[in-house]
Amino acid sequence: MNFQAIDLFTLLPELVVLITACTVLIADLYLPKEERDNNQLITFAGLAAALAAVGVVGLSFGSEPTLAFGGAFIRDPMSDLLKGAVLVVTLLAFAYSARYMREREMWVGEFHVLVLFALLGIMVMISANGFLTMYLGLELLALCLYALVAFNRDSGAGAEAAMKYFVLGALGSGMLLYGVSMIYGATGAIGFEAVAAAVAADGMDNKILVFGLVFVLIGIAFKFGAVPFHMWIPDVYQGAPAPVALFLSSAPKVAAFAMAARILVDALPALSADWSEILIILSVLSMGIGNVVAIAQSNIKRMLGYSTISHVGFIFLGLLAGSSEGYAAAMFYAVAYALMAAGAFGVLVMISHQGFEAENLDDLKGLGERDPWLAAMMTMVMFSMAGVPPLVGFMAKLLVLQAIIDIGLVWLALVAVAFSIVGAFYYLRVVKMIYFDKPEIDAPVDGTRDARIAVSINGLSMLVLGMFPAALLSLCQAAFVA
Amino acid sequence: MGFEKFLFYVFAAITVFAAGMVVTRRNSVHAVLYLVLAFVSSAALWLLIEAEFLGIVLVLVYVGAVMVLFLFVVMMLDVEIAALQAQFIKHLPVGLVIAGLMLFNLFLVLGPSNFGLDVIAKPAGQPAGYSNTSVLGQELYTIYVYQFEIAAVILLVAIVAAIRLTLRRRPDTKYIDPAEQVKVKKGPDRVRLVSMSAEQTPRPPLAAAPTSGDKEMAQ
Repeated sequence: MNFQAIDLFTLLPELVVLITACTVLIADLYLPKEERDNNQLITFAGLAAALAAVGVVGLSFGSEPTLAFGGAFIRDPMSDLLKGAVLVVTLLAFAYSARYMREREMWVGEFHVLVLFALLGIMVMISANGFLTMYLGLELLALCLYALVAFNRDSGAGAEAAMKYFVLGALGSGMLLYGVSMIYGATGAIGFEAVAAAVAADGMDNKILVFGLVFVLIGIAFKFGAVPFHMWIPDVYQGAPAPVALFLSSAPKVAAFAMAARILVDALPALSADWSEILIILSVLSMGIGNVVAIAQSNIKRMLGYSTISHVGFIFLGLLAGSSEGYAAAMFYAVAYALMAAGAFGVLVMISHQGFEAENLDDLKGLGERDPWLAAMMTMVMFSMAGVPPLVGFMAKLLVLQAIIDIGLVWLALVAVAFSIVGAFYYLRVVKMIYFDKPEIDAPVDGTRDARIAVSINGLSMLVLGMFPAALLSLCQAAFVA
Repeated sequence: MGFEKFLFYVFAAITVFAAGMVVTRRNSVHAVLYLVLAFVSSAALWLLIEAEFLGIVLVLVYVGAVMVLFLFVVMMLDVEIAALQAQFIKHLPVGLVIAGLMLFNLFLVLGPSNFGLDVIAKPAGQPAGYSNTSVLGQELYTIYVYQFEIAAVILLVAIVAAIRLTLRRRPDTKYIDPAEQVKVKKGPDRVRLVSMSAEQTPRPPLAAAPTSGDKEMAQ
């Protein structure tokens, strides 16, 4: 392989994130205690620089896919958009969590470092162009997340959640690797283009290939948290510190989408008849169990966990359509969902305070009286998750449904609509509690400027993206132009 | 070919047997030792497919270093095995049924019909002077340099995460700061005479010291 300096330029966003993480790691060691807040400044500056780098790299290469490092790394319109989205979500997550983590003495350098490395893992996954790179990115992300879930060392629930997540995550990775080894055995390649070429030549007659595909799909479903591989999601969300749950529920879902799109669409398009059948089952189960079980939850973190599961079902709907409109719709949904999840958990983080965790639905009662602006933002997020026009959740659902009706699966669209009506119940129950119930607690709500700005941007983005979806949608469609 | 095949089946059988023992042994030290056995026999399997370097590294690093360390940890932990065992037995029938079905499925797909030598030809062996150590090194630092760097980052994360999760500052440990020790001066630092009155410690109550009971009563 002839290494070229231009490869490093293609890699610029990842390099910026890596350098930021290492800078924080070193700075945290040498800064005196009272100046440790500089970690936050370095992190924000690094994330902003990475965002700029994504823009610069994207503009200079245009819509043509660019390969680097002997085809291990790919930069294309999809990677640019998804990287931009995860960077924005991570910025929001840092802005939300500052006060919460500081009050619990967890606002330390390691938190920044682990979140930044998790972000790096996500970006590696988004730009992976082979099974090896994809797996390494996935492990980088997962290792950081395990540690982050157990970040509160004095919390038994956190340790339990991290343990469950670790064991199930390792099992999922094992399944994925086993599937990859089968595909490697059948095609003799781990790069996505090479695999795609070999699969196209071989077709669906090769049983080993289909066998490997099943295990790869199980791995993907594990990471997404689709039914029946969803058991870890509610427990992990409940046990993790709220800001970690915020990050965990938003950015890694974009990574999971990237993983599914790269593996299924880039590497195994010739097997689409096989994988779309499996995805139909996963998607119907996820929408059904996610929405129905969420109704019975009194813990709002668990409720949002089950709501994640149901949204994953919708993302799968777009993928299984097998058309470029379907993929674009799924991508739009994944980005919109990351923003919605960040907003919902962000509000929870803001109304928690020293010695009090906002965990139960009752804790939201009367938020409309306690803090009208925050209540309005939460309402916006909840309506968006329920799919009420003109918010972005409605647009996302509409696009996905359109894609599957186009391929003639009307019954599936009807099932999806029925389950999202079921789901609307528990989202609207939250809104009802915010505005029509008397407050049970009279505690101050987070007043820091950063979190306020973040929640305003986050809540209003629901409205803006819902009313003017064209810009984001055209970017998504550009990513899947055949 | 015949002898190689025989060796493969012997080592494969040992690996499966050892892996089974790892999860069923009551004594966790025995389980670790069986894990060592599983590693050694898989190293032998790697030697059979001409991956000599990986086989040797597996023995040197995993068996020689990691597992020994692990053995120490397991010896020091006091694990409640009976409770784990009860759960294991409770779910055993369901697990066996699922495992049986999976095995049947696996046999259908991975059996001789799809995986025989006539389906996938045996790759040609390497010439005599071939060193897969040097090839591995060259490939790792040229073609796979990006993946190699990510692996390095993963190791860094593992260090950071492990330190964050386990390192606690304990104020009660008898910790001596070497920097402070070095800075000690002859004058007032080493010896300092302090005049103070004798300390009055409260005596334990009567029953604790029966011989001197009368004196304490007087006090």
